[in-house]
Amino acid sequence: MKIGVLALQGDFALHAAMLAAAGADPVEVRSGSDLLPLDGVVIPGGESTTMSMLLRSAGLVEPISGALSDGMPALGTCAGMILLAKEVTDGRADQISFAAIDISVRRNAFGRQAESFEADIDIGDGEPLRAVFIRAPGVEATGSEVEVLGRLAFGPRANEAVLCRQGAVMACSFHPEVSGDARIHELFLQHC
Amino acid sequence: MRAMPESHAGQSSGAYEARGTFRVKRGLAEMLKGGVIMDVVTPEQAKIAEDSGAAAVMALERVPADIRAQGGVARMSDPELIEGIKAAVTVPVMAKARIGHFAEAQVLQSLGVDFVDESEVLTPADGVNHIDKWAFTVPFVCGATNLGEALRRIAEGAAMIRSKGEAGTGDVAVAVTHLREILGHIRRLGSLDQAELYAEAKNLGAPLQLVEEVAKAGKLPVPLFCAGGLATPADASLVMQLGAEAVFVGSGIFKSSEPARRARAIVEATTHYADPAFVAKVSRGLGDAMSGQDASKAAEHLAERGW
Repeated sequence: MKIGVLALQGDFALHAAMLAAAGADPVEVRSGSDLLPLDGVVIPGGESTTMSMLLRSAGLVEPISGALSDGMPALGTCAGMILLAKEVTDGRADQISFAAIDISVRRNAFGRQAESFEADIDIGDGEPLRAVFIRAPGVEATGSEVEVLGRLAFGPRANEAVLCRQGAVMACSFHPEVSGDARIHELFLQHC
Repeated sequence: MRAMPESHAGQSSGAYEARGTFRVKRGLAEMLKGGVIMDVVTPEQAKIAEDSGAAAVMALERVPADIRAQGGVARMSDPELIEGIKAAVTVPVMAKARIGHFAEAQVLQSLGVDFVDESEVLTPADGVNHIDKWAFTVPFVCGATNLGEALRRIAEGAAMIRSKGEAGTGDVAVAVTHLREILGHIRRLGSLDQAELYAEAKNLGAPLQLVEEVAKAGKLPVPLFCAGGLATPADASLVMQLGAEAVFVGSGIFKSSEPARRARAIVEATTHYADPAFVAKVSRGLGDAMSGQDASKAAEHLAERGW
């Protein structure tokens, strides 16, 4: 299974390693010609403003938009969640939004690096998943077609949605590629 | 010496939220990979940097080229300046503390900066000891000229290593030397047997456990970025091809004739570093690069600060 990993900026190499370990064939995507044919695409963590600028200059906005509208499965983590979301509250005017999943997200909702944290989340399989949140976005609203697959398990933000899926598009506010737990990537690959 | 990174990551297990764990610190370094971190001295410059695609900005009062020119003791920046820059942008903000000056680092942590650079660009405050970085929740980046130095900084808790290069010169030669020194040494470690690793740890002046970890993994346990003298898109392409995972550009942007265009071009060249036609395209018509100076003829070699 060929899975593209958007490799403009961010921790794309960690995603590629996770995908390879889960048995997929990761392909770095830096231009439109890297995009086809793919069975899915991962948009990694990084800076969404930087990625927005680079998506435009590499001519990738149209091809990725088109592929997503044609139903290409996608996984976005952190900055990737922001890029896939339908609505970004307090985002920059020039921020790219692929609107592939009907959620409303707020950038840096969990605060700056001083507030970054790791915590257990519940993804419904009875086994807590240790999730790493880095200057993470927060999910403020989800559309009726969106299924919440993961929530913070404990603490003041218990039950807050951190992993969402709509059809073949998944988005999470944490970094499964950093903690090394392969369950999120495996879940994504089931839909590719 | 204190515990190694992996055991630090382990201490964070448990149901509740844990801040400032090594994994959370290294996590931000991972997010900056493939990006450009730009020196800025005003909120306006910070905006220009962010608009040009900077993955983070380094807030400081004087860029290294001016520190070199003006001399005197270089210290942590005024908190007011750092706060102004924090308010101007949404990307992460870094700031520099003097080598060994843990009180400056405490101040920077209390200001909520996202990363502290324990930097040889400022005048060192301790001639023997670096900061105990495990004592902080804010992540640290430290400079290194060779593998032993990099591993000593990691043992002290650094979540990111950057080459020192020769800051403020616009001459990339010293950064290339440091990168090759670190990465070449990592490659050579992979050919040593266990008996030789004990002796090599002694030669490196680095903890055996880290030396073994690097020999096995073939890379540092934290991201390795490049800094010190980068001034052009081709400089970024060069160091990324050599194996840097991201770049810092200090004086090279705002000491050039067209900072916004040059900043953007360096960001694009860092992403498309392996595509010479792309680097050529973004290198066109950028105006004058910072004039700079031959690093070997610089009056003061900042890279020799720290050990």
